[in-house]
Amino acid sequence: MSNHTEIRWHGRGGQGAKTAALLLADVAFQTGKYVQGFPEYGPERMGAPITAYNRISDTVIRAHSNIYDPQYVVVVDESLLEAVDVTSGLKEDGAILINTERPKEEVIPHLKGYKGKVYTIDAKKVSLEAIGKYFPNTPLLAAIVKVAGIMDEDTFLKEMRASFHHKFASKPEVIEGNMKALEMALKEVR
Amino acid sequence: MATDISKLGLKTRWQDLTEGMVIAGAGTSKAFNTGEWSNTKPVFIEDKCKQCLLCVPVCPDSSIPVKDMKRGAFDYEHCKGCGICVKACPFGAITMEGVN
Amino acid sequence: MAIALRQINPDVFPAFPITPSTEIPQYFASFAANGLVDTEFIPVESEHSSMSAAIGASAAGARSLTATSSCGLAYMWEELYIAASNRLPLALALVNRALSGPININCDHSDSMGARDAGWIQIYAENNQEAYDNMVQAFCISEHKDVRLPIMICQDGFITSHAVENIELLEDEEVKQFVGEYEPENYLLNPECPMAAGPYSVTDYYMEAKRSQAEGMRHAEQAVLDVAEKFKALSGRAYGLFESYRMEDAEKAVVMIGSAAGTAKDAVDRLRERGVKAGLIKIRLFRPFPAKAVAEALKNIKAVAIMDRAEGYTNHGGPLGADVMAALFRAKSAAHAVNIIYGLGGRDVRVEDIEKVFADLQQIIDDDDAGETYRYMGIRE
Repeated sequence: MSNHTEIRWHGRGGQGAKTAALLLADVAFQTGKYVQGFPEYGPERMGAPITAYNRISDTVIRAHSNIYDPQYVVVVDESLLEAVDVTSGLKEDGAILINTERPKEEVIPHLKGYKGKVYTIDAKKVSLEAIGKYFPNTPLLAAIVKVAGIMDEDTFLKEMRASFHHKFASKPEVIEGNMKALEMALKEVR
Repeated sequence: MATDISKLGLKTRWQDLTEGMVIAGAGTSKAFNTGEWSNTKPVFIEDKCKQCLLCVPVCPDSSIPVKDMKRGAFDYEHCKGCGICVKACPFGAITMEGVN
Repeated sequence: MAIALRQINPDVFPAFPITPSTEIPQYFASFAANGLVDTEFIPVESEHSSMSAAIGASAAGARSLTATSSCGLAYMWEELYIAASNRLPLALALVNRALSGPININCDHSDSMGARDAGWIQIYAENNQEAYDNMVQAFCISEHKDVRLPIMICQDGFITSHAVENIELLEDEEVKQFVGEYEPENYLLNPECPMAAGPYSVTDYYMEAKRSQAEGMRHAEQAVLDVAEKFKALSGRAYGLFESYRMEDAEKAVVMIGSAAGTAKDAVDRLRERGVKAGLIKIRLFRPFPAKAVAEALKNIKAVAIMDRAEGYTNHGGPLGADVMAALFRAKSAAHAVNIIYGLGGRDVRVEDIEKVFADLQQIIDDDDAGETYRYMGIRE
């Protein structure tokens, strides 16, 4: 089980947490890792809390359960800090990454005494500046790659460009904005 | 594995039936004698017949053969004795009678 | 799954969408629209129609298939039996989902388990790699001249169907060669030999027809093994009737189907590290059921838990439990056996859950008593 990373995403339906988890699995796969990316499915409800998961490992992944004790948690929507127990099972030597406009110090009191590292990013600012619309998942994807040290930044950006070329084949005009969002996010996360 | 329909019967083993019970070949219903399915049959009274052929298309079992625009004797191998031809005949040239 | 189907390039694919199988025809429709396949893709108005159209196409001589889940399978119930009794080797990509009700879209095996007596071959997958590999092998099994039965290729809804996982694909040409051309012996569109399909079978013939279907099933096991052998030569990936995981010297075992078997392997490994002689049997071929081989694999086991992701409402367990216990009985097994219902409607299965099952099996061995043989796992009580 050397180098086995587990990530849990908390978002709201429509914010792209699932897409981010699947993209993260894709991009990690490109670097030769064994990966899993999967959402917890229910009826499609815009705005309802949803959860998605990633396992990224050097060895074959066989477990098909949800993740209860992740090393990392990503909170795509700050309002979930009150609605959902986001730090449940989160390892103390891991970290939580939160999308917020507020400074870290204001957010920490809402984490139920979580003692691990806390990272924040203003994904709204990054997204609006780079893409012109609010897609929090793109900046958060870059941020978690950096926080969890999943791969080096150059490889990540190279693989993501290739992935966007495929994903946005029918609307290539959005590729540069998304790339800019990734680059900005890598600098903005703190 | 095409079945010879004439060999179908109550003594045929499952191994000798076709997979999926498919019946190969066209027009195999000719080999299936349905003429025993009734105890009354139409009788053709040739003297009264005007050869209008109204009886021919109404027969559900194609049991009235036509040759040179004239109908012939009933095909009792396939006639089920429904009697529709009796009703169709305007000249009283067909009657139903019991089979001995 | 959709990629396997693109590589197989079937003749006819009628489909009606239902979660979570929708993506299969959805991706396939884009392959068809983009000219990547020659398939006649038919969007129909219901599952009753999709299976009917697949049957018609297959009888006409085409290699045909469809995909569905849950209530969609229930809605094609009537046609399932017709496909089987007509000995049509069509395929169904089934993404397992709970049957309503209460209404639920998540994974369990109640849909396909209900169809287990329909006369279809059923093969199940643990992960996406297996789902793909099983689909590539499907037509070679179903079209085998000694078998000629429809085949259901099952995978767990969402848990694997909507997960991104590593998967190794074969080259298009390799799959094409492996699957080969479909050459039916006779078919409706054959002008050389007209035929009638699906005739009425009166009491005098019905039982003979069913006996003939059973004969096809009897040959299915060997066909599955032969095709797996051929597939191994191509891909290097080995398949059998079931997978025995660390069973060599196992004293306790679980028998199960589907994605949770992967989770169970992690549990077995953890227990083995602690010196516990745990093993797993993951059923791949559920219909026909390889009873003799399963009993043989379990012959040295002291206690076994058979895990069912579907209820049977027999008051003594689920469908897999019934089959495995019957197999053990006929093999005069002295093992303690319990049947555990788990994972219904997508209820999650954790490594710890399976470890607990093995702990319960140890208790049974210590007590020399199976206790309650019909149990629920992961239930609030």
